[in-house]
Amino acid sequence: MTEVDREKKEKVRIYIMGREYKVPAGLTIMKAMEYAGYRFVRSSGCRGGFCGACATIYRVKGDYKLRMALACQETVADGMYISQIPFTPAEKPIYNLEELSPSANVFLEYYPEIAKCVSCNTCTKACPQDLEVMDYVQAALRGDLQEVASLSFDCITCGLCATRCPAEIVPYNIALLARRLYGKYVMPKAKHVEERIKEIESGKFNEELQKLMQTSVDNLKGIYEKREIEPE
Amino acid sequence: MVKIPYYPGCAVQTTARNYSISGIAVAKKLGIELVELPKWNCCGVFPSLATDDLMRHLAPIRNLIHVQEMNENGIVQNENRIITFCSMCYHTLKEVNLFLKDAEKMEKINAFLEREKEFVGGVKEGYRGGVEALDFLEVLRDMVGYDRIAKEVKKPLKGLKVTPYYGCLVLRPREIGIDDPENPTVLEDILEALGAEAIDNPNRTQCCGSYHTVDRKDIVAKLTYDNLIYPIRNGAEVIVTCCPLCTFNLDHRQKEAIKLHRDLKETPVMYYTQLMAVAFGLDKQFWGVDLGLHYVDPKPLLEAKNLY
Amino acid sequence: MDLAEKVKSISGEDVLSCYQCGLCSGSCPVRFAMDLSPTQVIRLVQIRNIEKIFEANTFWICSTCFACYARCPREINITKIMEALRQIRLRRDQDKISVNEIPKEELKILPPIALVSNFRKTTA
Repeated sequence: MTEVDREKKEKVRIYIMGREYKVPAGLTIMKAMEYAGYRFVRSSGCRGGFCGACATIYRVKGDYKLRMALACQETVADGMYISQIPFTPAEKPIYNLEELSPSANVFLEYYPEIAKCVSCNTCTKACPQDLEVMDYVQAALRGDLQEVASLSFDCITCGLCATRCPAEIVPYNIALLARRLYGKYVMPKAKHVEERIKEIESGKFNEELQKLMQTSVDNLKGIYEKREIEPE
Repeated sequence: MVKIPYYPGCAVQTTARNYSISGIAVAKKLGIELVELPKWNCCGVFPSLATDDLMRHLAPIRNLIHVQEMNENGIVQNENRIITFCSMCYHTLKEVNLFLKDAEKMEKINAFLEREKEFVGGVKEGYRGGVEALDFLEVLRDMVGYDRIAKEVKKPLKGLKVTPYYGCLVLRPREIGIDDPENPTVLEDILEALGAEAIDNPNRTQCCGSYHTVDRKDIVAKLTYDNLIYPIRNGAEVIVTCCPLCTFNLDHRQKEAIKLHRDLKETPVMYYTQLMAVAFGLDKQFWGVDLGLHYVDPKPLLEAKNLY
Repeated sequence: MDLAEKVKSISGEDVLSCYQCGLCSGSCPVRFAMDLSPTQVIRLVQIRNIEKIFEANTFWICSTCFACYARCPREINITKIMEALRQIRLRRDQDKISVNEIPKEELKILPPIALVSNFRKTTA
């Protein structure tokens, strides 16, 4: 194989907002865009699939399907038409968690539009986290707080579900309300956290913290590397 | 005990919990175990009446597909019926089979659902047709029978003056309705089996105002008055219903109706399943009267009749 | 497409057989709140004057109770005509009600089925 052949083979053709680029195969969409000369000032965050900032929509040549992904996770494919969604305009009602109660109608009170859901499942198809988005919107409609909280646990609020919903629902904000209510009113309080807070307040770790404050950065790095990690 | 798939619907899980709590207990007493669909979504409440609106038919179809899955997973055996309490759910689940008689529509919908196989939680197979929706009233009339109901009565509702109210969606249109749309009798027959006295209501099949309750309370208040005044004047002490939306309008909108016409006397509204639970002598937790869901509290009446 | 054709295509109903007996209006429980009666609306569909129907509130007031259809001697599904009229408006993305303005106190007690059915009939 000649050098030219190899280069041809290892490069793919992608289209960023309509403009064609040849980029090395195997790169993520985000890296491919940077390779092509783009610099991310929005639509990029942790680069590890956790923050939800790099929502991306794309189609691949010859396929009618519109696909959703996180730019830092999805690898480029030949013939990809790519566009970033740096921000999702979304209605965000103001509520005071202290004044809410985990009642059956709490979701309808703040997000009455969930009653517009037609069960088309487009949100689920859009979710790069493989969540059952429609199912938790439906659970919200019938006031099943626990179901919404558990089905949406891995949501990273990338906003793709909201951009696709034909009923103009913002699923991820509803899920956020559910997890907040669930955490505050339903889940049992973690005893060990309460105990640890008491210990901290009583000054149990003051001496150790003082020691750390006086340690050099290089030594801190060493300590960090050797730290004990809790088993999962 | 016969096991039949059961579709709850959003209302009976929230504002009409008294309906499902009493209904499930009554069914059990009559030898029917209602097995809730392992997964379900809102039925859509009103079927779209537009011929070209396929997407708004997806919701009931998904629920019928879940019945297929229950059979495949062995949760029920060869059971293609699905029972529901809510008239609106019944209507929607029943209507969709009529809609899908058009083979082209069925094909289009299943083609749309085909792609869901790729997704977590998506349906794994299209709808094959033939899942039959049953309103619990039909089950009582056709499967159980009024004699059997009468046999279970421990505390006859003697001297309780009840007026039945059907509303629309369990009766109309004719191809969906479970009884004669102009002169239904199923609620009266059940009340007779329970030993209650049925008071006639000429407006028992008239609309309650339905979804106008959200933005046109004035319309609903007038209809609530119209629909209640005759039987109440004729001595009705409790209104018995089968639909959670009718119930909400007839019960909660009495507040506005009385503002319009002072001669309307506050009257409790109960589901027929609640009265059955009372008459069957079931434990009070199955009556659903202590959940804070009634606008007009039925307990004083039940107490006055020595039933509580 | 001509609006009268659109009503016909969305509803699947042909209103030409209506002989204006008025039974639908007599059966309609919400006629008192309508500008035009259902019978008048059907007449306007017959003479293809849909714009005139859109000036009235009739198809928004219809509560989809099927009383008219159950009694129509010509078996015209008038309820479907009303749905087609609503759909023509809604498909232009014009909501009839303002979802954001429903009072919180109401949202706390309304059954979900009230909101689902209302939004299906009054929002785009």
